Amino acid sequence: MTQSHRLRRSLLYVPGNMPSMLQNIPVFQCDVCVIDLEDAVPRSEKDAARLLSRRFIEGYTQRNKEIYVRINGLDTPYFRDDLAQILPALPDGVRLPKCETPSDLRRLDDLLTEFEEYLGCEIGRFKIIASVESAQAILNVNEIARASERLVALGFSVEDFTANLQIDRPKTGEHLVVPRQLLLMACRAAGIQAIDTVWADTLDQEGYRRECEHIKVLGFDGKSLINPRQIDILHEVLAPKPEEVDYALQVVDAIKGAREQGTGVVSLGGKMVDAPVVARAVRVLLAAKSLGLVDTDIDESVIYGDMAS
Amino acid sequence: MRINKKAQAGTMQSSDLMVFIEPADDLVIEVESTVQKQFGHLIEARIKQVLKRLAVERCRIAVSDRGALDYAIDARVETALRRAS
Amino acid sequence: MSKNSLGREIPETWGGRALRPYRDPFSIQPEGPRAARPIQRVNPGDKKLLGSLREAIEASGLRDGMTIGAHHHLRNGDLVLNSVVREIAALGIRDIGIASSSVHPVHEALIPFIRDGVITRIECGVNGQISRMASTGQLDIPIITRTHGGRARAMMCGDIKVDVAFVGAPTCDDYGNICASRGPSACGVVGYSHSDADYADCVVAVTDNLVPYPAHPISIPQTKVDYVVKIDSLGNPAKIVSTTTRVTTDPIGLQIAKYASIVIELSGLLKNGFSFQTGSGGASLAVAANVRDMMRKQGITGSFGAGGITGYFVDMLEEGLLQALFDVQSFDLKAVASVARNPAHIEMSADMYANPFNAGCVVNKLDCVVLGAREVDIHFNVNVNTESDGTLNGNTGGHADTAAGARLAIVVAPAIRARLPIVRDEVTTISTPGQTIDVVVTERGVALNGPYQALEPELKRRGVPVKSITQLRDEIYAITGAPRPIEFTDRIVGLIEYRDGTITDVIRQVKI
Repeated sequence: MTQSHRLRRSLLYVPGNMPSMLQNIPVFQCDVCVIDLEDAVPRSEKDAARLLSRRFIEGYTQRNKEIYVRINGLDTPYFRDDLAQILPALPDGVRLPKCETPSDLRRLDDLLTEFEEYLGCEIGRFKIIASVESAQAILNVNEIARASERLVALGFSVEDFTANLQIDRPKTGEHLVVPRQLLLMACRAAGIQAIDTVWADTLDQEGYRRECEHIKVLGFDGKSLINPRQIDILHEVLAPKPEEVDYALQVVDAIKGAREQGTGVVSLGGKMVDAPVVARAVRVLLAAKSLGLVDTDIDESVIYGDMAS
Repeated sequence: MRINKKAQAGTMQSSDLMVFIEPADDLVIEVESTVQKQFGHLIEARIKQVLKRLAVERCRIAVSDRGALDYAIDARVETALRRAS
Repeated sequence: MSKNSLGREIPETWGGRALRPYRDPFSIQPEGPRAARPIQRVNPGDKKLLGSLREAIEASGLRDGMTIGAHHHLRNGDLVLNSVVREIAALGIRDIGIASSSVHPVHEALIPFIRDGVITRIECGVNGQISRMASTGQLDIPIITRTHGGRARAMMCGDIKVDVAFVGAPTCDDYGNICASRGPSACGVVGYSHSDADYADCVVAVTDNLVPYPAHPISIPQTKVDYVVKIDSLGNPAKIVSTTTRVTTDPIGLQIAKYASIVIELSGLLKNGFSFQTGSGGASLAVAANVRDMMRKQGITGSFGAGGITGYFVDMLEEGLLQALFDVQSFDLKAVASVARNPAHIEMSADMYANPFNAGCVVNKLDCVVLGAREVDIHFNVNVNTESDGTLNGNTGGHADTAAGARLAIVVAPAIRARLPIVRDEVTTISTPGQTIDVVVTERGVALNGPYQALEPELKRRGVPVKSITQLRDEIYAITGAPRPIEFTDRIVGLIEYRDGTITDVIRQVKI
C-alpha cells in the first residue's frame, strides 16, 4: 500500500535533458533519483528531454535505486505528453509538482490507472510523490495526504512557498517550522513519508548540515537534493542511533520468533508490534546497513510474509 | 516518416550530440565525433537503426558527437527527426 | 623484435642504441661506475658571467650532433628552451638532441627548427603537438620518454650524454649559485637539473634575476656551473605555476576520492609515520583532503609528503600533520613560498626522488601514492603517455617510479571519459607495469591486485563496490560498447623507457 519500508532519505533531482548527468544515475549513492522534466527543462526542449529520459530509463534495467520522474504541473499543457512518453519506460513513479488540492492528486491517480491499463501493468504500480508548494496547499495537506493510495510521500517545496507567503527565504528555518510540522503530521497520520525541501546553496555545506539536523529533529524521513555532494551529509545526519538499531534488530527477531511459533501476533516487551513499527525497523536497518553499521541483510519476505499491509 | 523541414536537436556538451536534419532526395549520413576512430562504426549503426525504425528513407542527417552513449544517440536522432517531420 | 615480459614487441635496436626489453620492476642491476664529466680549473679573477646566450653557446663548445639539457620547472610558461634553440640555429649549429625533463605546448615554437634539422632528437616526454605530429608522421623526430627517476639514472649511467645543460635559474649570482625559490620567475625548486649539474659536460645558468654574490639559499652550487647568462625573462609567471590547485567539485571525482580514501583507511598504513604522495589533478587532491581529515580526526602525525608539491601539502606540513615535504617540483605559488622559508620543505633532486640505481631513493619510503591514468587494462597496466586516438602526448613523470616504490599504489580515474572506457582489454601504451599497481578506483567499481585482494570484505562492508578488474571492464564495455582498436603502422616513432633503462613499450605511427 504505502511502501513505507522503503528507504527514501535522499531524493536527488537530475535534469532530464542532460545525458552526462542521466548516465551517472547508477553511480550516485542516493536512495531515489527524480528525473526532472519540469523546472530543469526549458519549454523548447520538453520533447527532447522526454525522449532522452525515456531511453535512459529503458536501458536502466539493473536498478539500484528508485526512479521517479517529475512531470510538469497539471496546470501546464505538458504533463499528458510527459506521462505518455515516460510511463512505458516503467519508472517507479511520478513526482507531481504544485499539488494544491486532493482532487489534483485524484486526477493524476486516474490518469495513472488509464496508463497502467493501456500498458498492461498491475494497477497501482506507479507511485506518486507529490510536492506541496503554496500556503493553500499546506492548509489542504491533511486531505492531500489521504487522497490516493499511490501516494508514498509528500514533499515540501520552499522556494515557491516563501514567495507565496511573501517572505524571504531564511537559512535558519524558524519561519518554516509550522508548515513543515503540518506536513509531517499529515504524513504520519496518513502513514506516508515526509520529504523536506531542497537546499539551494550548494556552496554553504555548513548551513546545509544544520538544516538536515533541524529536519531530523522535526521527524522528516528524507530530503530533496539538487547536488550529489549533498547525499553523504544527509545520510550521516539521518543515521540511526545505536539504540534505534538495537531495537530494530529486536523487532526483526520478534517477528521471526512469532513466525516460527506460528502465531500471527508479534509482541515485544509487552507491546504489540504493528505494521508501522515493522516498517520503521526495516528502514532503520536498511539505513544502518548502507552506512556499514550492521552486516545483516534484511530479508523482506521473511518480515512481510504475514504482515502484508 | 517524411522529412519536411530543417530541424536540430541535442547540445554540444560532453556526452551529448547535435543532430541536424534537412529534407533531401536521398539518404545522406554525416558523422563527426570526438571518438570517431573507436566508435564511429557503432554511432553510424545506431543512427541507421533509428532511421529504419521511424521509416525515414530520405533526408540529410549531420551528427556532431561528443562521446554520447547509444541511448542518447537514439533519443537525439529521433527528437530531431520528429521536429523535422 | 622480441616480446618483453609485458607482451609488447621491442626491437633489438633503435636510433643506433641496443634496447633491453622490460623484465620486472626490481631485478635489473646497474653495471659500471657513474658517468664522468671533465674536470676544469677556474682561477681567481676568471669571469663566468657572459653577455648573451649566443656567447654562452659559443663558450660551451656546442657542436653539430651534440645534446642539450634543460628542465621543465617553468612548465608552459618557459621561454628558456625556445630562446636557446633560436640562438643555436642562428649560429648554424644543427642535429642537436634535446634532453629536457619534459617538453610542453609552449615549445611548439621548436617545430620549424625540427623541420629544418636543427633539432633531431628528443629524449624526454612531450606534452603537446610535437609528439602528436610525430605520431601521425607529420614530424620526423624520434622521442624517448623516461620517468623522472629514469632520467636521473640514464644520466648517471651515461645512457644520455648531455653536452651542454641550460639551466633556467630564477635567481643566480655571477658565479653560478642557483636559487630556485626567489625571483620573478621563482619555481620553487630545480629538482630535475641536479642531474644535469652532476653529469653534463658544461652547465650554463640562465637567469632573469642576477643578484649580488652570493645568491642563496643555494639549490645548485657554483662548483657545478660553468657560465652564467642573464636574459630578460625566464618565462610567464602566470603559466609557470598555477595560483592555486583545487580539489574537484565534480561528483564523480568526489565519489572516486571517497572510495580511494576508504582503501587507504583500511590498508593499515594510516598511522603515525604515514607518508604519501598524490598527483595534482582534482580527484587526487580530493583524496589528499580526505586523508588530511582522517589524520586530523585520528590525531595521526605523518612523516613526509613527496613529489610535485601543492599548497595542500604545504597546509598539512604547517598544521603539523606531516614532518617534512620532499619537493621535486613546486606546482603552485603556495609551494614556492613555502620552500623559500620553511626548512622542513626540502628541495629534492630527481636522483634522490626516484633513481633506482643509487643508495636508496625517496619513493622507496613511500607508504601510499595516488596516481591518475589515461587507460588501465585487465593486467593493471597503466597508460599515461598516449591519447585514446593513439597519439603520443604525455610525460610519464614520476608515475612508474612511485608505483614501484610505494607500498600502496592507487590509480584513480573515471570509468568512462566521453564514451571512452578507461578500463580495457589492453592499454594502447604501457607506461607503468601492472605488477606495481595495487588498486584501481573508479566511480563504478574498485579492483584490487595481488595481496590487496584481502581488503575486499572490509571494503564491501563500507559500501565500496569491489569488483574484479575483468568484471569492471565488462560492465564498462556494456555501457560504452567495445571500442575499435587504433591502427598503427610498423614504423616506430618513440620509446617508453622504464626507470631501470629497459623498454616497456614502443610508440608506433598512427594510421590515418
